[in-house]
Amino acid sequence: MSRKKVSSSVISLAHGAGGQLQEELIDFITKNITYKKVGKGIGVEELDDGATIPLEDYEKEIVITADAHTVYPLFFPGGNLGILSVCGTVNDLLMMGAEPLALTSMIIIEEGLKFDILEKIINSFNYKAREANIAIIAGDTKVMPRGTLNEIIMATTGIGIKDKKIKILDNNLQPDDKIIVTGSIGDHGTALISSREGLNISSDLESDLALLLDIYNILKSDINNNYIHAMKDPTRGGIASALNDWAMKSNVGIMVEEDKIPIKKQVNAVCEMLGLDPYTIACEGRALLSVDPNHVESILEKIKSTNIGSDAEIIGQVKAENSKKVLLKTIVGGTRFIDMPLGEPIPRIC
Amino acid sequence: MEFPGTQHLRNKDFTNKVIKIIKKLLKEINKPIKFMHVCGTHEHTISKYGLRTLLPKEIEVVSGPGCPVCVCPAADIDKAIELGKRDDVIITTFGDMIRVPATNISLAELKAKGADVRIVYGPHDAVKIASDNPNKEVIFFSIGFETTVPLTGYEIKANPPSNFSIICAHKLIPAALELLISQSQLKIDGFISPGHVSTIIGLKPFKIFSDAYKVPNIIAGFEPNDVLLAIFMLLKQIKENKYETLNEYSRVVKPEGNLIAQKIIEEVFEPVSSPWRGIGRILDGGLIIRDKFKEYNADKKFNIKIEKSQDIPPGCSCHLVMVGKLYPYECKLFRDKCTPINPIGPCMVSQEGTCSIYYKYHK
Repeated sequence: MSRKKVSSSVISLAHGAGGQLQEELIDFITKNITYKKVGKGIGVEELDDGATIPLEDYEKEIVITADAHTVYPLFFPGGNLGILSVCGTVNDLLMMGAEPLALTSMIIIEEGLKFDILEKIINSFNYKAREANIAIIAGDTKVMPRGTLNEIIMATTGIGIKDKKIKILDNNLQPDDKIIVTGSIGDHGTALISSREGLNISSDLESDLALLLDIYNILKSDINNNYIHAMKDPTRGGIASALNDWAMKSNVGIMVEEDKIPIKKQVNAVCEMLGLDPYTIACEGRALLSVDPNHVESILEKIKSTNIGSDAEIIGQVKAENSKKVLLKTIVGGTRFIDMPLGEPIPRIC
Repeated sequence: MEFPGTQHLRNKDFTNKVIKIIKKLLKEINKPIKFMHVCGTHEHTISKYGLRTLLPKEIEVVSGPGCPVCVCPAADIDKAIELGKRDDVIITTFGDMIRVPATNISLAELKAKGADVRIVYGPHDAVKIASDNPNKEVIFFSIGFETTVPLTGYEIKANPPSNFSIICAHKLIPAALELLISQSQLKIDGFISPGHVSTIIGLKPFKIFSDAYKVPNIIAGFEPNDVLLAIFMLLKQIKENKYETLNEYSRVVKPEGNLIAQKIIEEVFEPVSSPWRGIGRILDGGLIIRDKFKEYNADKKFNIKIEKSQDIPPGCSCHLVMVGKLYPYECKLFRDKCTPINPIGPCMVSQEGTCSIYYKYHK
């Protein structure tokens, strides 16, 4: 997925928003790395949720994932930076089919941050990691002069382990697979936008921020049997980005049905008012799964039996035709494409 | 047929019923039909819900110049960019305006270089920024059709702080449509007119289509079944050899429009001959601030003049796309050289722009 040329001379916020521009930035950074994987493991090139280090003579391999977390405001409806820093990284491990073991944490703090804010964030971080039984085994801290960053950034590395034979990968979707989403989409991004933009939107909407551990645990046998071909948490760029990424990497078409995609009324209302596309809005506690059609019903049932997956739905299927494209059957029965989002969602004029 | 309550406007069964009647009418009319809408939000609805995939292929629906961001001349954006370079200036405007390429750069590029350019939801937010930053000049780059004019007019009337001013780049729809219909060889069988603009100005300015040019005209809302109902209402007129301006969007649009908003527009602004990007100068096609409120006119306050500007870059077909003469995919630059990341023409930027909508929803 390389994009040859860089389209502007400076990096803009849109380069970090999970769309086509972000791909361009990643390509710019990674194109000159010459040594990019360990043995037959998954490396930088796959641009998957994480990488693997196969252990010779063992049936298992180590899974590694890295994620830097920055959020404004630091405390938002349904979570904070500390919880996000655990969930974001651990969910990436789970989406590779790996059992999470440990985290490292790097904290970069802007001069002037109050200790009681740091304490709240660290407490949340520790509490969430403990809840998931994940050790925090190493870390580093830096303080930067005022004005060089916004309050605090946390970067975590996740370390997990999985059987070598488990292949849950972005390039592993099969024609006829069914696509499941584990809950309503766009809650996180919309809750943040509502609390951020000075719009005075009063809503009870909370971020969907959550560990996907319960879903991973209940699906362990399906994961081991390779009934689940791909899993992905649709964070930045939302399901539009995740589905397009899958279609491109797996060389398949994906058809989803608008009236099956769970979206909360509040999310729809905020998005329609601001001219935002809910399919491009981030989730932090949802997963998309591409699943063997013969096992989709039992898998859906298991997901629905968990707290975080009670609103799960089958939203579409994988097709051999329309390769590398994502199509939507709209609520009135028309058909259109879902495009890879461009960058930062921008509200429109009217 | 009875008009639905809003709950039916996204209902698939209702859609199927309307499509069935449309097909029946088309069969009776027995010729290919071409309709034009003149609103970016209508194009958005049509594309977002895949309505063209539901309609018989003999019914063509083309886009007219309905994107306020697209028709804003490069010279006006250049003006905002020039002013934005000053250390004491904060430029504020609508979100989809900031990425539109002007003669050299866009406001977004100016922002990335360090200028203070802020996205606001409307002029009220800009006035608030002015109150909060008394040592800065806060300029609202005020664009849009009749839909956004009253908001700006209201703020100007309400005595905003003296460090607030606007670049007035507002455009008026009816004059542009008359130019289009009188000059074009488009052979349009009917118009779908913008419900938002009609909400403010009422039905009367749109009657010119049906009265003078004898083309059926429907004021339509923005839900998928609104647009399909408008198409049905147009076909019905064609079949009955009628040409009237009718209101599909009666749940919102009053025949006389919003009289309070009209009064504000009249009090603060006056119509003026005005350039439209890609279309040219249009008599009474835009607005300027009346002298009574000249202290809020950034043009007069800062005396900025743009000598040379370029609306349509070489190779770009936005001027043809805007008047429905070309589909975006018929432009040589579309998707290949011109993308939403690297927009060459204005129609590729705004979510109301035809090229941008085609890029997003069509392949």
